[in-house]
Amino acid sequence: MSDLFNKVKKNLIWKSVFRRDYRDNVRDRALAVFGNVFLHLHPVKVRESAVKLRYTWGMGGITFLAFIILTITGVVLMFYYHPSVDQAYSDMKDLEFQVPYGVITRNLHRWGAHFMVIVVMIHMFRVFMTGSYKAPRQFNWGIGVILLVLTFLLSFTGYLLPWDQLGFWAITVGTNMGAATPLLGYQGPFSEYLHITPYNDIRFALLGGATVGGNALLRSYIWHCIAIPLIATVLMVVHFWRVRKDGGISRPQNH
Amino acid sequence: MNPFIEIITQPDNIAIVIMILMVSFFMVWAFQQAFQNDKLKASGYAVDGENDQDVDTYKPLVRIELLISLAVMLFLTIWSIVVDAPLEEIANPTLTPNPAKAPWYFLGLQELLVYFDPWLAGVVLPSLIVVGLIAIPYIDTNPKGNGYYTFSERKYSIIIFSFGFFILWLLLIVIGVFDRGPGWLWYWPWQEWDAHRVVFEPTRDLSNLVGVESRSLAGFIIGAIVVGVYMVGGMVWPYKYWQKKNPELLQQLGMIRYVTIVFLFITMMSIPIKMILRLVFLIKYVWITPWFNV
Ligand code: HEM
Repeated sequence: MSDLFNKVKKNLIWKSVFRRDYRDNVRDRALAVFGNVFLHLHPVKVRESAVKLRYTWGMGGITFLAFIILTITGVVLMFYYHPSVDQAYSDMKDLEFQVPYGVITRNLHRWGAHFMVIVVMIHMFRVFMTGSYKAPRQFNWGIGVILLVLTFLLSFTGYLLPWDQLGFWAITVGTNMGAATPLLGYQGPFSEYLHITPYNDIRFALLGGATVGGNALLRSYIWHCIAIPLIATVLMVVHFWRVRKDGGISRPQNH
Repeated sequence: MNPFIEIITQPDNIAIVIMILMVSFFMVWAFQQAFQNDKLKASGYAVDGENDQDVDTYKPLVRIELLISLAVMLFLTIWSIVVDAPLEEIANPTLTPNPAKAPWYFLGLQELLVYFDPWLAGVVLPSLIVVGLIAIPYIDTNPKGNGYYTFSERKYSIIIFSFGFFILWLLLIVIGVFDRGPGWLWYWPWQEWDAHRVVFEPTRDLSNLVGVESRSLAGFIIGAIVVGVYMVGGMVWPYKYWQKKNPELLQQLGMIRYVTIVFLFITMMSIPIKMILRLVFLIKYVWITPWFNV
């Protein structure tokens, strides 16, 4: 057995992937972190409070995990989905009846999305309760708030994609709010002074039309699958970077 | 089936039940740690984490990340095996469901539509929530309680935030999911929905209380005065109060910060006030103008 182990580990291919053996010493524990692009997100050493579950509840990390799960299941779903009024709904039916593991993929994506919204709110609550928005982390709190909004918008834009009654009317109700925007929505206060109509107001811009139709579906799809994930990814990179640059996870100062 | 069981086991509502359980759990955990730290501090001990040392990332942190990830994935997998995501009938623009509900995390805002016109409930208030949240670190100048759970050192900020988060955001969501039926009428979760139920609820505007037509010039002026007194009084009165009680606090805040805090606070409090006006006094509008109504 150990012979086999050695054979696997002592050949060129293995060595090209894993540069060195791991021995449990200070140097190798550090190398394990900064020799690995993913672990390199972390510093080599962290304060105990970053490891204690009772402090952070791991909520930020769990939010990130939910985002990754949603990205993976989302990409799988995209292989089976056409953002068109004629096909979207029947694609959902295909997922249910034709596509192997279609049902569980869709379930994971749906429940994962609910889950991400729940945990991001709890993460914000944790950060508030530990006073972690205070100096020097004010800016990162602001990035967090934008990420919170983006999480809502990700979920919201995904709602329309199945093209069923639930999504259609939820988006109708939601975007009708846009029509009430002061100055920029056709039903909003003061908009008559800017000659705003249902055909040039902010709701029209969101939907690509005066009603929820094919253009709205396409716009939702692109916001949901491309634009918002891109923006959110960039902001998450900034968010994680700032956690480190602000001195790691917050902790009591006077010691 | 029992309507109560039916409504809480609807596939999408299971998420809300999970949210209620998780939020309650973490709320208790946070406040329990806060009180514990307060006790420690009061008896002269260090708070939790004050004497922490550095530990290696590999493996203590990586291990716990791996374990949590596995637990979360297991949880989501079980959830996805047990409950199937629903798919309703194909979208039909001519068939409006009653009630037509927004996604659950926006139901708090939809609930506000009962009390405010859409430009306020759907646009102005949500924008102020976002701006207000971002502003928190810049207006809360209390340096204490940074990096540990505490209640006694940050009483006011915690009470205000908790009121907004638990009551105005989460409770309204739960109400929107479980207690709103056809016509956005109130139904207890164990009540059967009735699409034909009509509730005649006479409403009036504030100036009607003193016998003035709210759409008249006099009504307009009364409304303007009430709103003006609320906004201006809400700005001035705490200032006078603190000037007497705690002038250093005002000094430390400065004018800009003071105005921002008080503006956000009275805007937030206008929500419960408007709810009470509506629910208890059956008042729809406080101020009617040719352009908008408040
Ligand atoms: C997509 C959403 C988000 C992701 C993926 C995310 C991720 C993370 C992670 C992994 C951490 C490290 C510590 C921890 O796990 O608690 C963190 C810390 C932090 N997050 Fe977030 N976060 C998100 C949203 C937010 C929101 C909504 C806020 C606040 C409004 C926020 C504010 C902060 C702050 C201030 C820290 C530093 C906390 C400390 O040093 O104790 N984040 N975030």
